[in-house]
Amino acid sequence: MQVSERWLREWANPPVTAAELAHKLNLAGLECEAAPLLAERASGVVVGRILSAERHPQADRLQVCSVDVGDGQPRQIVCGAPNARAGLCVPCALPGAKLPGGMEIKDAKLRGVDSSGMLCSAKELALSDKSEGLLELDDSAVPGTPIETYLQLEDGLLTLELTPNRGDCLSVAGLAREVAALYGLEACRPAVSAATLDSEQTLAVAVDSAADCTAYSGRVISGLNPAARTPDWMREKLRRSGIRSIHPVVDITNYVLIELGQPLHAFDLAKLSGPIRVRRARAGETIKLLNDDTVQLRDELLITSGEVPVALAGVMGGAESGVGEGTTAIFFESAAFTPAAIAGVARRHKLSSDAAYRFERGVDPALHREALERATALTLVICGGQVGPISFAGAERPAVAAIRLRHARLLALLGCEVPASEVETLLRRLGIALTAAGDGEWLCTPPSWRFDLAIEQDLIEEVARLHGYENIPVLPYAAALSPAVQSEALRPSVRIKDALVARGWQEAVTYSFVDAKLQARLTPEFTGIPLDNPIAETMGVMRTSLWSGLIGAWLHNHQRQNKRARFFELAATFAENTEGIVETPRLAGLASGPLLDEQWGVGSRPVDFYDIKADLEAVCAIFGGEAARFRFEAGRHPALHPGRTARLLRDGIEVGVYGELHPVLARELDLPAAPLLFELDWAQLSQASVPAARPVSEFPASRRDLAVVVDEAVPAQALLDLVRATAGPSLSSLRLFDVYRGQGLREGSKSVALGLIFQDYSRTLTVEDIDAAIARVTSALARDLGAVLRE
Amino acid sequence: MSDPLLELQTQAQADIAASADARALEALRVDLLGKKGRVTELLKSLGGMAPDERKAFGERVNRVRDAVNQALDGRAKTLAEAELSRKLASETLDVTLPGRGETVGGLHPISRTIARISRLFNDLGFETVEGPEIEDDFHNFQALNIPESHPARAMQDTFYLKNGSRLLRTHTSPVQVRTMLSCTPPIRIICPGRVYRVDYDRTHSPMFHQVEGLYVAEKVSFADLKYDIVTFLSRFFEREVEALFRPSYFPFVEPGADVHIKWDDPDKGPRWLEVMGCGMVHPNVLKAVNIDPERYTGYAFGMGVERMAMLRYGVSDLRDFFQNDVRFLEQFK
Repeated sequence: MQVSERWLREWANPPVTAAELAHKLNLAGLECEAAPLLAERASGVVVGRILSAERHPQADRLQVCSVDVGDGQPRQIVCGAPNARAGLCVPCALPGAKLPGGMEIKDAKLRGVDSSGMLCSAKELALSDKSEGLLELDDSAVPGTPIETYLQLEDGLLTLELTPNRGDCLSVAGLAREVAALYGLEACRPAVSAATLDSEQTLAVAVDSAADCTAYSGRVISGLNPAARTPDWMREKLRRSGIRSIHPVVDITNYVLIELGQPLHAFDLAKLSGPIRVRRARAGETIKLLNDDTVQLRDELLITSGEVPVALAGVMGGAESGVGEGTTAIFFESAAFTPAAIAGVARRHKLSSDAAYRFERGVDPALHREALERATALTLVICGGQVGPISFAGAERPAVAAIRLRHARLLALLGCEVPASEVETLLRRLGIALTAAGDGEWLCTPPSWRFDLAIEQDLIEEVARLHGYENIPVLPYAAALSPAVQSEALRPSVRIKDALVARGWQEAVTYSFVDAKLQARLTPEFTGIPLDNPIAETMGVMRTSLWSGLIGAWLHNHQRQNKRARFFELAATFAENTEGIVETPRLAGLASGPLLDEQWGVGSRPVDFYDIKADLEAVCAIFGGEAARFRFEAGRHPALHPGRTARLLRDGIEVGVYGELHPVLARELDLPAAPLLFELDWAQLSQASVPAARPVSEFPASRRDLAVVVDEAVPAQALLDLVRATAGPSLSSLRLFDVYRGQGLREGSKSVALGLIFQDYSRTLTVEDIDAAIARVTSALARDLGAVLRE
Repeated sequence: MSDPLLELQTQAQADIAASADARALEALRVDLLGKKGRVTELLKSLGGMAPDERKAFGERVNRVRDAVNQALDGRAKTLAEAELSRKLASETLDVTLPGRGETVGGLHPISRTIARISRLFNDLGFETVEGPEIEDDFHNFQALNIPESHPARAMQDTFYLKNGSRLLRTHTSPVQVRTMLSCTPPIRIICPGRVYRVDYDRTHSPMFHQVEGLYVAEKVSFADLKYDIVTFLSRFFEREVEALFRPSYFPFVEPGADVHIKWDDPDKGPRWLEVMGCGMVHPNVLKAVNIDPERYTGYAFGMGVERMAMLRYGVSDLRDFFQNDVRFLEQFK
């Protein structure tokens, strides 16, 4: 909400500057910014009355005006505005005047005609962004009055961003109430008296449900002057609230909205077809609104006249029943719609209106009659007319329940001392009625406009707010704290992340929603969970794999000449199965480009499968002595190269997958290369155990190397497993240190070199011990894997 | 008349001094002191001399031998030193050439910031708890005192899933709800994680990160809340932070506050910057999770991780965090 500072000060005028006022409001929880109305004001501009306007002899679009500027010597001014006409009062910049933006007015000749000054538009005075011809002023404006005085341009703007609970401050009156409470002043509230009735004309009103509308007041005013004009003082106040003048009756409803906070609606009586009823829409009904949108209705609250929908209650009036140029009789509506009935309706239909904004947050349910009388009084002044009696349905003011407030509870919750007398004073300033109810307790009845106050804690906040949050001390707690439990068996993510970082990996953070098409290519076996309202189609589905995000990060950098990629991310993936939605945190990585950054003395080669496998093995190794429980096996994945895919298992349970992107997929996705990708289940991975230390053997170790020739199809893992299974307990370590293919070997076979290290905890092993072990190993290798010892 | 012994010694010393390397020196040693060396021959000749002559001549020859030996040793040492120097000189490296091997990667500034915030709160006795990112209406809204059609729902524009009523959590508060449902007070937790809101521009990302905290126990007061927040902010920024608690509104707390800190903006000068929201847990929230609000009170707070990282590291554009441009990321090793 934006409002004129002068207007507020008419209601509550603390002796402080606008900046101080704004700061005070901020500290009280009402976010407020103060700024001058105009950064730069015109000087030397006065009210002028156009006495005559003749066509310029040399230019069709120009008029030569004679303008009275109050000094008895009419000026001749050439003007290009089409609305310049005799009798009109307009701002007139005299020679010597300076306009915002620096333009200086001088005597001039325009197409051969002398012009002594300039008639101004609102834009030229910096009052508006748009130029709509000369700014037309009231007929009653006195020529020669400085425009600054006439329009009260020395003013400020207060812009408020209020939290949804403070709908009561969305008006000059409401804000003034708050300001008065903050400064301990009395707010001035002009008395509004009931209009004298001079017409019998009425329209019956009925409300279906008090849950939707607690009160509905309406009245007919007929015999309006269709030529009436909104006076300048009202136009200016509305303009400063960002509202354009449209029609005197509409302007009056807007004025009362800003002044008192009650949204009103005016129907053109001639376009209503019967009594007013407030009811819920029936499915299939439609209404064409003032903004020309036709909306399909579900169960929204409606105003109907003779059963025809004429307004979306509390949100926007209908196009067919609105007031316009020919309107001579109106039906004013002033109602108390409940927030529950209005909330969400505007959003559902993508509408925004000042009325909906207020009703959603709550409007004082006891305000409707005062607001209707205020609007009536303004209408009579501006448009004339005959006033009919008020038709009413509902309850004038709903009952407000009293809230119990315990002083001790207040002190305990705030942790600071606020004396009982101060509590009473502060709450009374807010219009809350207090009665003592036993020792250190009060019964508090909030005023009708503070519908946000419902429980004890709400009142405690009000006391804290006015007492000042800054006056609550900073205290270490009274209660003892115990340190949080931290399981050492769970490897914290930062351990793994640090390990990867040390090995050259860069952590990435990418969006959880991804492009459905890319994802379908990467994980065709899972259906991603689609969003109902995505930001963009490329962010339309929850990810089943982190790979699409990492591919995006890789491409972003690749396009910027950074070809070497080592990205990892630890985040949740999402899938839906028969049991519902499953969120699985995963650790994923992407590697591409050269093995090492360009450097001297080392040949450059692309990163390969085994380079990254070493990184994964390092990650597994962080799980301590259990690293041996991790195994890689040949596997399949729809997005990966069928011959270059591994499953990582831990105790036989799948932890994740690692491999090279399928070359066909890389080509189809138009990727610059086929990167290496891994993705591991974080929950499987992070379960480690607390280390259980063993003594280190004091006896010497013996090493024996074996080179065995096996079929290409025999995986290295099978050799290693068999050696471990048969070498006996003294095998302390096993290494695979060479793989050879080619000359001297049969096509389709390979030679694998193994280093077996034997060590015992209780004695030095003999040659015989080791020979026996080697014999067991070689015979098992020959028997089970067809391995031949290589000489 | 010249003395042949002295001549031999002088010549030998000159030859030794002139020897170019260890091999030449060894040849000289053999030539002089070897089995058939010239000095050795002289010593052998002593056998055929008369005792008087032998004694005098023997002493002279021995002096010559000692002198030759000394010269040989000295020269050997010199040559060895020269050899070592040559070797060392030949082994000299250009120590300014770059090192070889793998370079170091880096943590993402967001996870680095979360880790730092978590550690500070862990030190204050808060336990880190995480929870699901896809939530239901109860945990994300209703249990937090945000009923259907509450205007606060408009404050947090929500992503919904296409099928069913599930949504992407708009804050990490549902983790607090889940914890309160499963544990009894005292509860002292922080909840870091990803959150989602339908908002995408220079200052909003549809996905961002929060760290929220909760303390529920007997006799928890607003003064305690201020203590934890002020302590955290001062530790996080490593200076005494001037913090301002301003009344604000979140449906799940009452009283509620925004926390602003005095920030010396290089361009705009000192000003108040909002960094967190907080307040005393609303009794309706405690009731929703079956905690007696008469016996227990609590406070909750929440902050945006990106905002904290931007302030801490001087990042000016939120979008930088999600583009994963290595040139940006590598500043945060």
